[in-house]
Amino acid sequence: MSAVRFVLQGAFYVGFAVLIGYFAASPSYRHFPDDMAEIKLSFSHGAQRKGGCRPRTQEELAKLAPNMRTAQLCPRERVPMLVEVEVDGTLVMRETLHPTGLSRDGAAHAYRRLPVSTGPHIFTFRMRDSERADGFDFEKRLELTMAAGQSVPVDFRSEWGGFIVR
Amino acid sequence: MKALKRFLAFGVEWLERIFDVAFGQKNNPIHHLGALGFLFFWVAFVSGVYLYIGLDTSVAKAFASVEYMTHSVWFFGGVMRSLHRYGSDAIIAMLAVHLVREFAHDRLRGPRWFTWVTGIPLIWLTYIAGISGYWLVWDQLAQYIAVATTEWLDWLPIFGEPIARNFLAPSSLDDRFFTLMIFIHIAVPIMMVFVLWIHLQRVARPEYLPSRVLTLGTMAMLIGLSIAYPATSHAPADLLTVPRTLKLDWWYLAIYPVIEKIGPGPTWYGLIGFSFLLMFLPWLPPLKRPAPAKVDLAYCNGCRRCVNDCPYNAITMVPRSDGRPFLEEAKVDDDLCVSCGICVGACPTSIAFRTTTDLPTGINLPDRSIAKLRQRMQKAMAGVRGGPRILALGCDNGVRGESLAREGVGGVSLPCIAALPPSFIDYALSRNLADGVFIVGCAEGGCTNRYGVEWMRARLEGERDPRLRARVPRERLATCWARGPECGRVAGEIRAFADRLRLLPAPEKKPPLERIPETVP
Repeated sequence: MSAVRFVLQGAFYVGFAVLIGYFAASPSYRHFPDDMAEIKLSFSHGAQRKGGCRPRTQEELAKLAPNMRTAQLCPRERVPMLVEVEVDGTLVMRETLHPTGLSRDGAAHAYRRLPVSTGPHIFTFRMRDSERADGFDFEKRLELTMAAGQSVPVDFRSEWGGFIVR
Repeated sequence: MKALKRFLAFGVEWLERIFDVAFGQKNNPIHHLGALGFLFFWVAFVSGVYLYIGLDTSVAKAFASVEYMTHSVWFFGGVMRSLHRYGSDAIIAMLAVHLVREFAHDRLRGPRWFTWVTGIPLIWLTYIAGISGYWLVWDQLAQYIAVATTEWLDWLPIFGEPIARNFLAPSSLDDRFFTLMIFIHIAVPIMMVFVLWIHLQRVARPEYLPSRVLTLGTMAMLIGLSIAYPATSHAPADLLTVPRTLKLDWWYLAIYPVIEKIGPGPTWYGLIGFSFLLMFLPWLPPLKRPAPAKVDLAYCNGCRRCVNDCPYNAITMVPRSDGRPFLEEAKVDDDLCVSCGICVGACPTSIAFRTTTDLPTGINLPDRSIAKLRQRMQKAMAGVRGGPRILALGCDNGVRGESLAREGVGGVSLPCIAALPPSFIDYALSRNLADGVFIVGCAEGGCTNRYGVEWMRARLEGERDPRLRARVPRERLATCWARGPECGRVAGEIRAFADRLRLLPAPEKKPPLERIPETVP
């Protein structure tokens, strides 16, 4: 191999190495601003049944197989949920979440990232999961001081009283 | 589409010529992109298996185990990790250039559609394998990728509960989900091997590794890069913080800023749409295929040379069907034949000296028969005066023979240089058709039909049947392996060949040319 070819090959290998190595970690990418934080609101919750349950009549129970004779007759479909989030009194999210499934009987899911500035904030989370026309079934007020880059996960568990910080 | 291909081909050939200078045609990396891709794949595969031994597959200890390997076991951990990363990155680089080159040279149409289309899932699998690997380090980059990927996947209406909820808080992530990612990172590369096997089904004698020189140089480069610029981790993942500034591996992760910019839905549409576009490229526009090679059983003795030389596995041997005393006969699969004519050049019955006008042979191209080739040679040389008279035989995919015609030079082009039966060289020189024969094929290793140059060279050097007869004066034969845009260099070599021919003693008086009919059936 001639010296020129040797040098050229070396140059190509170095060039390729630089290309691979550089783009393997550069340039840096700023995914999230330094002076911001976020609230991560995510839950999976089944709202109340549409129409509510009623007791079965004796005639209805008699028509059922013995192992199917549950006392209450409940419709499958669930109501849509209304979710609101306020930050320092400003509404930043208001969404209607529909139940999943072909019969609309599954849980509704939410996964939202809400960026907020750093510093102290008052967060209010509200949810209506019943057939009521106004007002909310659950409400949670949180006073938090957000640090730069902080992520606060907020979940919902009706058995634990509603919105919770994980 | 043609203009785009021409533009890209110009760029690719320009690049190939630069690499020719440094590596020579034979070891030109651009000619071995697939093999180099394989090499990088095996580097990533072997280093990955090695790293897996030291990886703690729990959420709590994965980061610490990677850090231990990176810093405490510097060479056998840190360098291996870097090899794993850079080898994987290099796969993407190879894949991109390989894709553009095959497209630019139009090597995706006709029977080649299969290889092209089966390559598309490989792109997806490569990315899935690469991206899933980044999760396993469980640093902030892994956290960013994990969250962004699951959010992206959640856009698809196939998951019940959002899978991104797995990364809501430290308590929501368990080792089982992490184990699933490790399974994906191991299973997908294994799946890739299987898809690669399918990808190469229609490629005869695929090159699994580049030449030793190229392999050694590439490995030295990778090891050097790994030592000089070792791969490191970000800070450990913390789901209670948002990763802010990240050192993205742009080879694999460039899609994430795009998702953030345009949203998950448009990104899915874009990627799936682009994949479908790639898949349909072989038929955009539909290719008008020349007639495939045809076997003439009256002249086929089942010698297998066409089967051995076909680069597309388009010919198989089947039991004799015509009752002649041979075991087998050649059979062409029309769907696989690209009409390159290499089989015609390989057939020992492709003889130019027959007195019959139709020049029968065991296997022939209906559109470009050897009878037509003999006639074209005659016509090309008929108007050539002065001396020495040179017959330039070129290739449609490289330097066309006709483009070399000038004073003292007649040119004829073939679908591939290996479509030239060696007896035609003998014929041209012994029947006083030309004083010299100049053969121009594609660059070494860069043949459109992959093995055309190699087979032709071996036939001329007497290493492969059908061999060029010993009586052919070698000093009256010259070869040149060049790319399409290298007409100037080729013309220069022809002039030098003419100068050499002038110094040779006058050839013996040869028998006159037999009468060649104006038209050939």
